[in-house]
Amino acid sequence: MSPERPTAPQDPAAPEGMPARILELGEELRREGVAVGTSELLDAFEVLREISWTSQEDFREALAATLAKSQEDRRIFELVFERFFFRAVELAASREGVREEDRANLGELTEQELDALRAEIAAALRDGSEGAMRDLARMAIAAFARRQEGSGVIGVDVQRIRRALGLRAEPQPDLPEDDPRRDGLPRDALRRFEALMRRELERSQIERTGNLPPSRPLGELDRALPSGPLADLAAVHRVVAQLRRRLATQGLQARGHRRHAHVDVRRTMRASLQTGGVPVELKFRPRRPRRPEIYVLCDVSTSVTSASVFFLSVLHALHDTFRKMRSFVFIERISEVTDIFEHERNFKTVSERIGADAGVADISGYTDYGRVWSEFLVQVEDDLHPRATVIVLGDARTNGRDPRADIFAQIAARAGRTFWLNPEPRLYWNYGDSVIAAYEEFCTAFECWTTAQLEDFVRALTRPVVAV
Amino acid sequence: MSVTPTEAQESTHPSPSSVQDVAAGLRSVGYLPGESTALVAYLATKLGKPVLVEGPAGVGKTELAKALSRYLGRELVRLQCYEGLDEAKALYEWNYRKQLLRIQAEAADTGWSAVQEDIFGEEFLLARPLMTAIASELPVVLLIDEIDKTDQEFEAMLLEVLSDFQISIPELGRVQARTHPIVLLTSNNSRELTEALKRRCLYLWLDYPELEHELEIVRLHAPDLSETIARRLVEVIGMVRALDLKKPPSIAESIDWARALLLLGVQEIDSETFNETMSVIVKHRADMDVVAERVGLKLGSPADVA
Repeated sequence: MSPERPTAPQDPAAPEGMPARILELGEELRREGVAVGTSELLDAFEVLREISWTSQEDFREALAATLAKSQEDRRIFELVFERFFFRAVELAASREGVREEDRANLGELTEQELDALRAEIAAALRDGSEGAMRDLARMAIAAFARRQEGSGVIGVDVQRIRRALGLRAEPQPDLPEDDPRRDGLPRDALRRFEALMRRELERSQIERTGNLPPSRPLGELDRALPSGPLADLAAVHRVVAQLRRRLATQGLQARGHRRHAHVDVRRTMRASLQTGGVPVELKFRPRRPRRPEIYVLCDVSTSVTSASVFFLSVLHALHDTFRKMRSFVFIERISEVTDIFEHERNFKTVSERIGADAGVADISGYTDYGRVWSEFLVQVEDDLHPRATVIVLGDARTNGRDPRADIFAQIAARAGRTFWLNPEPRLYWNYGDSVIAAYEEFCTAFECWTTAQLEDFVRALTRPVVAV
Repeated sequence: MSVTPTEAQESTHPSPSSVQDVAAGLRSVGYLPGESTALVAYLATKLGKPVLVEGPAGVGKTELAKALSRYLGRELVRLQCYEGLDEAKALYEWNYRKQLLRIQAEAADTGWSAVQEDIFGEEFLLARPLMTAIASELPVVLLIDEIDKTDQEFEAMLLEVLSDFQISIPELGRVQARTHPIVLLTSNNSRELTEALKRRCLYLWLDYPELEHELEIVRLHAPDLSETIARRLVEVIGMVRALDLKKPPSIAESIDWARALLLLGVQEIDSETFNETMSVIVKHRADMDVVAERVGLKLGSPADVA
């Protein structure tokens, strides 16, 4: 859909072509899935009339306040904004033939001069002054580009320069007393400095080659659940925190639709006193959804290693929200870990204790679903009832063993609802030893490897249980 | 607020002319705004658009509204939202009892239409916060606190108020805003707000402040605390926030803690004082264990006393 072009601001001082740039930015944000409507763009123009265009900070904040209306959107906005205006500037520069000259006049640096530069950079990082850091990033690159050839890969070069400068977040006690690096540098300042160096290197690359690298959309992968062994736990927690909030409130929303069920006679009578005994206003009895009882089975075998960090933190979040919940982990056999989750707040300790105490791997360390189902059924058979919800987190890869879907069917029949969360993309389901199809007959299976998919699941989970 | 309207009018900053003005103004009333906070506050005064402020509990969302009202010399009208809040409590209500009395006081032969004209007048209207804000003679700051606690139906009702600044009362007609209120909505993000509401607002995300900024805030509210202790305190708070807690300490709690330390005449934050005063910043049993273990030990014990 092509948006209606809002009228350009009438301000004569506004630079030429800016309205078009803003519209392009809006277009780019839409492509990344941020809901930018025409009214948002109109707001953006209105806002830009009120602030000075010379401060980059103000400019960005003002646009963000009108275009990005949630924390998630804000994160995407930052990425897109940086990329968009960086590219726009570089494109203009390369078209106009503007080149930077200062690089040549920095001759070979002596060791003392280098040390001075190191100290200066460390001090700037400690004080966190953005302007100084930008200049110093440029100096550092110039200085080190002369000493050793760049590898051509920007990420590698950045790390190499950082190491050469001896910039670390950890304290370095063997350095002299007055060196700012001694107590370690603030991590976020370090990250900002790296970003500046990357920016500088990209700039010089564009200058050398004379054209821009192709623009790459942020893509689904950037937003996929962080799952590698180097997974950013903080990112997992962000997703889970959101999940927790949703879980805490979503049931309530659904309740509104069927609120008008029973008249509460006592409250109606009391309210009628205000109107001289005439029941003008009917009071209804609130309809409370039954709290679901949840059983969670979580695969912790090696085939789902990458996902299990995430799964465990989901479990963690669920435990905070639901009172009646029992969790189990399994590989070849199952082990109940409800207690661990209830008594331990710290996620890391939880995962360590599960690793140490659960004793779920027998000999092979391969998942044995058949055995898991029968053990689970024995343990909880008497407790399962139609209001219970069973959630299985796993990839349904049986390693060639009998899936025993018949026992799974028994479980599903006893429980009210059964869900399966599979960390593999749907494309891989039922290939190789994946037998999800056998189980899917008895449960609702979700693929779950991005935030959005997780949200779909949460929506399904918090739908009120229909009493049977 | 104890200022009477006329005084307020006189002391009103006519209209801030730049972001720096707003920042300085908020500072002068004891609120230290971050960069984006000042900017969005400025835009709100300029454009008259509502501002949706989101962020974790205790980062000064509500305080921002109060500070704005102090700075601009406007009255603050506050609507605290909760589950089940409805029009009667947010907009207006007919005063049934007064209406009944009116009818009874009337002579028996008065015609129905005369009475009807009479009892649906402004005299019998109980104005609730939204109505008060709209109908006020002087411009106000309207704070709709914790909007995420209400139902979606209520949000839909707000739309008319927020975009046109008017309220339709079937018996009376439309009540139009005489002045343009500055509207702040706060949300703890416990529920996704509807797109329609978000579209009408400017968006401001408030997060825990950076170290230097928080230090400044603590110093402002506990000026007698020595620089070194204040800095240490803010660092410790930062460490505590970095843990995965049920409820991380808010800015208000750091200030409370600073005052507590001041009262106790503490000279240094070591593990003993920390463990004794921890309850000021950590409010959950399970959290306390984690914090004592992860932060308390790092602080080091007082000299020679194990």
